[in-house]
Amino acid sequence: MTITEHTTPEPPMNKRALEKQARAQQRNELSLSLPAFILVGSLVLVPIGWLFWLSIYGSDGFTAENYVRLLHPSYKKTLITTFELAFLVTGLCILLGYPLAYLASQLKPRMASLVLLCVLFPFWTSLLVRTYAWLVLLQRRGVINTWLMDMGLIDAPLKLVHNFTGTTIGMVHIMLPFFILPLYASMKTVDLSLMKAASNLGASPVKAFWQVYVPLTLSGLGAGVILVFVLSLGFYVTPALLGGGRVMMWAMQIERSMAVYADWGAASALGVVLLVMTLGILWAFARLTGALSSVEGK
Amino acid sequence: MHDVNKTSGPVSAGPGEASGRDRALPISVKSLTKTYGAFNALNNVTLDIRSGEFMTLLGPSGSGKTTLLMVLAGFVRPDSGSVLFGDEEVLLLPPHKRDIGMVFQNYALFPHMTVAENLAYPLKLRSIAKTEIRDRVNRALDLVQLGGLGDRGIDALSGGQTQRVALARAVIFEPRILLMDEPLSALDKNLREQMQFEVRALHDRLGITTVYVTHDQREALTMSDRIAVINDGQIQQVDPPQRLYERPKTFFVASFIGETYRLPVDIANGIASLFGQPIKAGGPLESTNPQQALILRPEMLHIAEGNPGPDENQMTGTLRQTVFQGDSIVSYISIHGDHEIAVRSQHRSNQTLPEPGSQVRLSWLIQDTVILPEDGQT
Repeated sequence: MTITEHTTPEPPMNKRALEKQARAQQRNELSLSLPAFILVGSLVLVPIGWLFWLSIYGSDGFTAENYVRLLHPSYKKTLITTFELAFLVTGLCILLGYPLAYLASQLKPRMASLVLLCVLFPFWTSLLVRTYAWLVLLQRRGVINTWLMDMGLIDAPLKLVHNFTGTTIGMVHIMLPFFILPLYASMKTVDLSLMKAASNLGASPVKAFWQVYVPLTLSGLGAGVILVFVLSLGFYVTPALLGGGRVMMWAMQIERSMAVYADWGAASALGVVLLVMTLGILWAFARLTGALSSVEGK
Repeated sequence: MHDVNKTSGPVSAGPGEASGRDRALPISVKSLTKTYGAFNALNNVTLDIRSGEFMTLLGPSGSGKTTLLMVLAGFVRPDSGSVLFGDEEVLLLPPHKRDIGMVFQNYALFPHMTVAENLAYPLKLRSIAKTEIRDRVNRALDLVQLGGLGDRGIDALSGGQTQRVALARAVIFEPRILLMDEPLSALDKNLREQMQFEVRALHDRLGITTVYVTHDQREALTMSDRIAVINDGQIQQVDPPQRLYERPKTFFVASFIGETYRLPVDIANGIASLFGQPIKAGGPLESTNPQQALILRPEMLHIAEGNPGPDENQMTGTLRQTVFQGDSIVSYISIHGDHEIAVRSQHRSNQTLPEPGSQVRLSWLIQDTVILPEDGQT
């Protein structure tokens, strides 16, 4: 080997080619996600942009008329009803769903799949069928009122449907699977030796549950809450049928603007407001619990 | 809950250190039985563990050692029996009222808490003042050489660090008893050996009664004051490591700990003979059963140059082959045709070994001679 003096150092071996390879790989990965980008762009972003455009551009050019109209008290009442119902349904889903998901997560695999099957079964029936089924159960001369009167527990039929109560019952039933499934998934990942450790360190079962188990299932709980809350905000069919016209939801207001008044501008403004508020709530919720990070898969 | 609130604790340096020693409790297990269906996980187990002792439960998987530990911790309800901590019957106490520290096999650190929060958790449950919690957490972190890592998440720790946090959490609330369930099995060999030393050092410093479960005989021999060998839900032998190794009471103990070979021995009129040659036993014969077996270990035999000394037994065999292993040389020797045993001798560079095929004489000390009655076990 001879020692030579280099005035300029040799470039590192294969540097160029390796960089080129890395760029090609990046290009490939981008091109694979291209169909998804096109789909989301053409089916989500463009329509939403169009919706926004319709709400601010009328026959006389740009206008704020559609948004000014939303200040009317009747819209305010609809907004309050919508949020009231969404909060109530979400709260009831937590109360009913958490214990059920916990039960399923603790059962042996066979029993657990049976319980989950029962939870999922309504999923496979049409939304409309389930809603009408509730109508049959809850109406004035329906199954529940007949039983209660036959047993002599009540004298006059209870008003169970065509009101807020009936809407809530129907929506909780329909939303429950959306809540239970993500929660169950996160419960299955909790290492039960952690509960033993808590107990060993001196935590009573109640404390171990609240201080160790619940915090570890928060990501699943958050995902369930977001799903149920957002779906409830825009829910249409069940409130329309079980509310009997007395429960006016935001989505029904949108439908009425289009079907009754044929006013696309007003309907678009309603849609934009609902979208913005939903995004705002999601953002606040994500900030609050960090749940979004777990939905993203961390 | 006890006097944990008052003492400044075993994790402190200075006079407080004596408190752990004073508070350490003996454990008395009596006639413990636990069956799972037809399987006897624990079969009438009786075991006394002294105050401040490092007791290892050693056995193969499925032997019942972990079940016994879980009964002590309160996570497994036995069918019958008694467990006393000192004079107190604890069998009916739920786990959270037993005041036992425990290191779990997978450590079971809370992933939603930082290192410091994990350590503080048992102290918070005992309603200890915040400033004292902070002091004790810092002292505990120093004790396990993790000072300054309190704010780390559990995910951000290495295997050895996780192990140390689990250890610190198990002793920070000054429990009277420490249980460990194969705590080192997940670590690589070098780290495991280092942690064995650290765990034992911590035990010596705190003076806490410790029950340690492992299937690793070397770990058990290295760390323990005494070892209880368990198999098939029964305690086979409880002895200090050296005695357990030198004088096993059953074939299971002999074969589970160290490398052993067995040769058939005939007993007649209280005299043992090996292939017709009389040999002397290290102790009185366990039984008068005419069919017994001699337990031999590779390192207690040596290839003899001359006649046996007065304190030695001797036999002859044929050298099959020798294997150089660096620090030692292993010679495989067949005895009386169909029995093969190994002899381990230290490597010396000036050594000349007999040629394979030649006759050799093997001798071993009478005090090392263990003869056990054949019991059908292998």
